[in-house]
Amino acid sequence: MYSYTNFDAAFVRDRVKEFRSQVERRLDGSLTEDEFKPLRLMNGLYLQLHAYMLRVAVPYGTLNSRQMRQLAHIADTWDKGYGHFTTRQNIQFNWPKLKDVPDILDALADVGMHAIQTSGNCIRNVTADHFAGAAADEIEDPRPTAELIRQWSTDHPEFAYLPRKFKVGVTGSPNDRAVTKAHDIGLRMVRGEAGEPGYEVIVGGGLGRTPMIGKVVRDFLPKRDLLAYLEAILQVYNLSGRRDNKYKARIKILVHETGIDELRARIEETFRRNRRLLPDVDPAIVARIEAAFAAPAWADRPVPDAPRLDAGLASFIDTNVVAHKRPDHAIVSVSLKPTGGTPGDATSAQMRVLADLAERYSHDELRISHEQNVILPHVHRADLPAVYAALREAGLATANIGLVGDIIACPGMDYCALATARSIPIAQQISEMFADLDAQRDIGPLKIKISGCINACGHHHVGHIGILGLDRAGVENYQLTLGGDGTETATIGTRTGHGFAYDEIVPAVGRLIGAYLDARETPEETFLETYRRLGMDPFKAALYGQEEQADAA
Amino acid sequence: MTQIVTRQGFARETWPEAGVIVTFESLWNGQDLPIERPIGVRLAPDSNAADLEPWFDTMAMVIVPFGKSADGRGFSLARQLRQLGYAGIIRAEGHVLVDQFRAALRVGIDQVAISDEQAARNPEDQWLAVPHFDGYQSRLFAAE
Repeated sequence: MYSYTNFDAAFVRDRVKEFRSQVERRLDGSLTEDEFKPLRLMNGLYLQLHAYMLRVAVPYGTLNSRQMRQLAHIADTWDKGYGHFTTRQNIQFNWPKLKDVPDILDALADVGMHAIQTSGNCIRNVTADHFAGAAADEIEDPRPTAELIRQWSTDHPEFAYLPRKFKVGVTGSPNDRAVTKAHDIGLRMVRGEAGEPGYEVIVGGGLGRTPMIGKVVRDFLPKRDLLAYLEAILQVYNLSGRRDNKYKARIKILVHETGIDELRARIEETFRRNRRLLPDVDPAIVARIEAAFAAPAWADRPVPDAPRLDAGLASFIDTNVVAHKRPDHAIVSVSLKPTGGTPGDATSAQMRVLADLAERYSHDELRISHEQNVILPHVHRADLPAVYAALREAGLATANIGLVGDIIACPGMDYCALATARSIPIAQQISEMFADLDAQRDIGPLKIKISGCINACGHHHVGHIGILGLDRAGVENYQLTLGGDGTETATIGTRTGHGFAYDEIVPAVGRLIGAYLDARETPEETFLETYRRLGMDPFKAALYGQEEQADAA
Repeated sequence: MTQIVTRQGFARETWPEAGVIVTFESLWNGQDLPIERPIGVRLAPDSNAADLEPWFDTMAMVIVPFGKSADGRGFSLARQLRQLGYAGIIRAEGHVLVDQFRAALRVGIDQVAISDEQAARNPEDQWLAVPHFDGYQSRLFAAE
């Protein structure tokens, strides 16, 4: 794993020092809230419905045990004993006091972390495949790329005042687990003609009010050209992105209004011109970054063959464990979606358990997934029973990864000042409706995603079932979309029809799932496959059938 | 009136009284250049730096406008001028925040011209207090 250089450490420490003086000036009244606002946002500090919220960056979702323990320490010392992992692989603390925030930032700096670039119209914290370095289908670990982008985008003088926020996601595998097509820039590792790794560059994806699937701007970009090409895209966007309307300011609107061919021509011209003048990235820095992500020293231990497993462990392995690039290892996903819980929340005690398990069984590595779960990426198969037992004791062994209970939900009206409806209680009620994990396994892979407003932080557009909570004349109303997909076959879901009231939406989801179970041809056919085969009709009938009959009567 | 700010603090206007500033539009429309020297040009927020290339050697100064503080186009415009090889003075004119001063110098701007009103609100000591440490980019692009 990457550890901070002296330069990184000094940079982060300087930023804390600067912010400490700004907080002091805010507290003694010499800075007004208006003046303070942009300064606090540059340090990840938002003002929410009830309190400040601090969003801490977890670059490309990678953490070690020491960092996870420090997050637990922060939750205990300055918050309410828990943290919330987000769809951008970050962690949010919901109850910090302003006077404590500089101390929290210093505590983060102690373990090589910060809250920079988690807000504002800059290049945001870069995200990556949460199975990076472990996945069996990987061309190359995307994290050296992501770390290079982190360094390049940090404190970039040209791109701190973009028309709007800018998100970059990277995947090293053909199976896209990083939703790269829903990012301002998505990078997908591919091989060139001679087999050398490079990137497919996707631009203009995004969810929010105007969901769009990104378009390929370059089929193959050699690795050495990466930063020069990103600079070209950002320069074109900074100069020509719309600034007259914040809802039309993302690069996806520029792509849409300009057309990908015209925009590609501008980007390529800028790239050609600037590449002559922009020196290559210092190879020593690249080499150092790549070395930091070298594979751990794998344990060569035998895997017990055909062990007798108790039913709980067997189903845990079935749902939460996937193949590692080494057959004797496995990737363990730890669900932060217990039945009736808040998706993405972890208590400080659970964080410490996860840190201990990572240290003991996963080469000291943890990942945060955009699906708001925690990953132990490198577990030897012989250790799976021990890991499972420890997780179960901590209330972390819910065997529902990828199933109906593994719901993504934004904080919604329980926390967020922008939300127009509650998200968390909907997620809780759906998971309670399917509390029987055997029933969940029977339903099979199903991604439900819930957003509490049109800004779509819950990624509802790419949920197999998407739920969008709106405000209709002061009353919560939930719209449904079907058929969304956030993988390499990315698709925006289609709206079913009129929305449902707060007390109607969970039964409506139940009817959708009932319709799927009735319609599937085999138990192996997934919800998404059934929807693609049959289209909207049977689901519409399940949702609105009774009304139609009522209308006809 | 405006106040010129450089890395050394508040500075007196150095542009000679005999010098002229033309608009980019007048250059682009093919108007004859004045006889007076030096000549500078004031760009518009949506100007294209590459369009100015034929006049790089003639222009002793390029003025890059900064409108609202959230409008970061000036940073790209200035950097593009340097990337294209412009070697004269680049002046940022308009609303440049003290917090943007370090970034402005890092993209190749030499001096900032702020209003007297802003100069009263942001006196010289605030500009002098800005730390001008190196960023990641100067490390990554070793030769930059």
